[in-house]
Amino acid sequence: MLTIAQHRFSSRLFSGTGKFSSSQVMLEALQASGTELVTLAMKRLDLKRGTDNLIEPLTQMGVKLLPNTSGARNAEEAIFAAQLAREMLHTHWIKLEIHPDPKYLMPDPIETLKAAEILVKKGFVVMPYVHADPVLCRRLEEIGCAAVMPLASPIGSNQGLLTKTFLQMIIEQAQVPVVIDAGLGSPSDATAAMEMGADAVLVNTAIAASQQPVSIAQCFRQAVITGRKAYHAGLGQVSKQASHTSPLTGFLNEFC
Amino acid sequence: MSFVDTFKQLDLIELQLSLNSTTSADVESALRHPSGDLDALMALLSPAAIPYLEQMAQQARQISLQRFGHNIQLFAPMYLSNLCANECDYCGFTLSNKIKRKVLNNQEIEQEMQILKSRGFDSLLLVTGEHERKVGLDYFARVLPQCKRHFSHVSIEVQPLETDQYRQLVSLGLDGVMLYQETYHPVTYAKHHIRGKKSDFFNRLDSPDRLAQANVDKIGLGVLLGLDDWRIDALVMGHHLAYLENRYWRSKYSISLPRLRPCSGGIDPKVPISDTGLVQLICAFRLFNEAVEISLSTRETSQFRNNLIPLGITHMSAGSSTEPGGYAQPASQLEQFDISDERSVKEVDEAIKSKGYTPVYKDWQGDWIMD
Repeated sequence: MLTIAQHRFSSRLFSGTGKFSSSQVMLEALQASGTELVTLAMKRLDLKRGTDNLIEPLTQMGVKLLPNTSGARNAEEAIFAAQLAREMLHTHWIKLEIHPDPKYLMPDPIETLKAAEILVKKGFVVMPYVHADPVLCRRLEEIGCAAVMPLASPIGSNQGLLTKTFLQMIIEQAQVPVVIDAGLGSPSDATAAMEMGADAVLVNTAIAASQQPVSIAQCFRQAVITGRKAYHAGLGQVSKQASHTSPLTGFLNEFC
Repeated sequence: MSFVDTFKQLDLIELQLSLNSTTSADVESALRHPSGDLDALMALLSPAAIPYLEQMAQQARQISLQRFGHNIQLFAPMYLSNLCANECDYCGFTLSNKIKRKVLNNQEIEQEMQILKSRGFDSLLLVTGEHERKVGLDYFARVLPQCKRHFSHVSIEVQPLETDQYRQLVSLGLDGVMLYQETYHPVTYAKHHIRGKKSDFFNRLDSPDRLAQANVDKIGLGVLLGLDDWRIDALVMGHHLAYLENRYWRSKYSISLPRLRPCSGGIDPKVPISDTGLVQLICAFRLFNEAVEISLSTRETSQFRNNLIPLGITHMSAGSSTEPGGYAQPASQLEQFDISDERSVKEVDEAIKSKGYTPVYKDWQGDWIMD
């Protein structure tokens, strides 16, 4: 079972709350996905009014909330958002997202490392969203992040596992859970990510922006289970040629 | 170095000739790789692209959905003053127009804000005429903190300011600035902006650079469709957008596409833009730039606005008044232009939902640092 900061998850599919056509569709899709960890943007919550119609139904569903700092452009803003989340949502879990580039929404490695260090010291369970950079993931692990969340391809792009080679290095080296985040476009992408040995995947756009979010959420649920099972079972060796069962030594069994 | 230098390298006549000689083959090629390509933008804005409108719309919808999800953000304009020291023949606030002039004081602003807040808004666009002396930096610096107490996102649409002045307003919580060139044709520009500071074409053209240098988070470009050939104006705005994005990668960009509307003492458009034309324009920009925000005002009719929702619009105003104090005391005849979509916020909210989209009132926490 997946454990992050002593919290156990039976589902390895994490999801999000953005981009859905209505909160009803969102809740149904999340339910169908079987997810137990759902991220939501602090910037979307109307804290000045003191209430938000998003949080209550999510809590009732029994999912754990993972507030994120999306919209923060530097470490300072992200730290503020995290503190706000702790105060308002009573959780010290934070998905650290810092993207100063509004076009491609690429995470800023320097600000992320800086913010992560401070947040860990302040007692947060920090899950940073980063580029698939093995060295950065090592550094984030060293300073005490609870997991790393490298991207598969640009966020919201549905382009799949473009960073595969680097994700493999990260998975191979990491001592903390690796959650592949961003860009997984189809259930088969999620399966492939899990087959590689990812501890979990986070899928939002591919579910929320789909024509049938509930149905595709079910597919992702199955895809993640399948991928994890295949990882445990072990995949066969990939070869460029077709091969006999024992082409070189088969003669030993033949009658001469 | 600013966009002025880039602009001076552009040959508008040459652009117009190329645009009008675009072929179907050019459009088809543009549709294959439209993103970030100014030649593709030209092809998609050209008359040759009209037969491809449905295909453009399908692609624009797909891209918008993926990037922005099923979300339409709502904002409210709040007119603070209709004082204006400019003479511009298309605008109801023009200096020589005999209308009652008014600048809202803090108490009146508070009243307007209460109303907008009670309607659910959290994003505000402050609008004024251009009157440096009475409605200048000091006024904005006083009003901005007052507005930020109630609204998470506050933008302004006022006269161009200096870089340092923008910087000061950013430190007071300013999130965005809308600054429309109106037209990129210097001759046409001169014809419509007859007197006052706004008649300085190049000072206005230079302003978005200053905004970015002052770290204004969101920069809004726009042209007043109809003043001149809208295809060319839109194309040059595309050049402007591409230039800014390249140079100032930390800023967010939005475009507005207002069509020339009747106002008191107003003019008729030189090149009217049809509904088809506006749809083409919106789709062309969405295909050219997946990230740019596209804002649609209540100048357009309710039915047309409903139909535009899936095509790439990201921001809409609703229940707008275009006169200072117009929310507390409507129809006191101080307005800038007539609006067409007169539905209440609630009705617009329902219409967005019935299209399968979520109306979003808050998507920003600009005061994360300031509080």
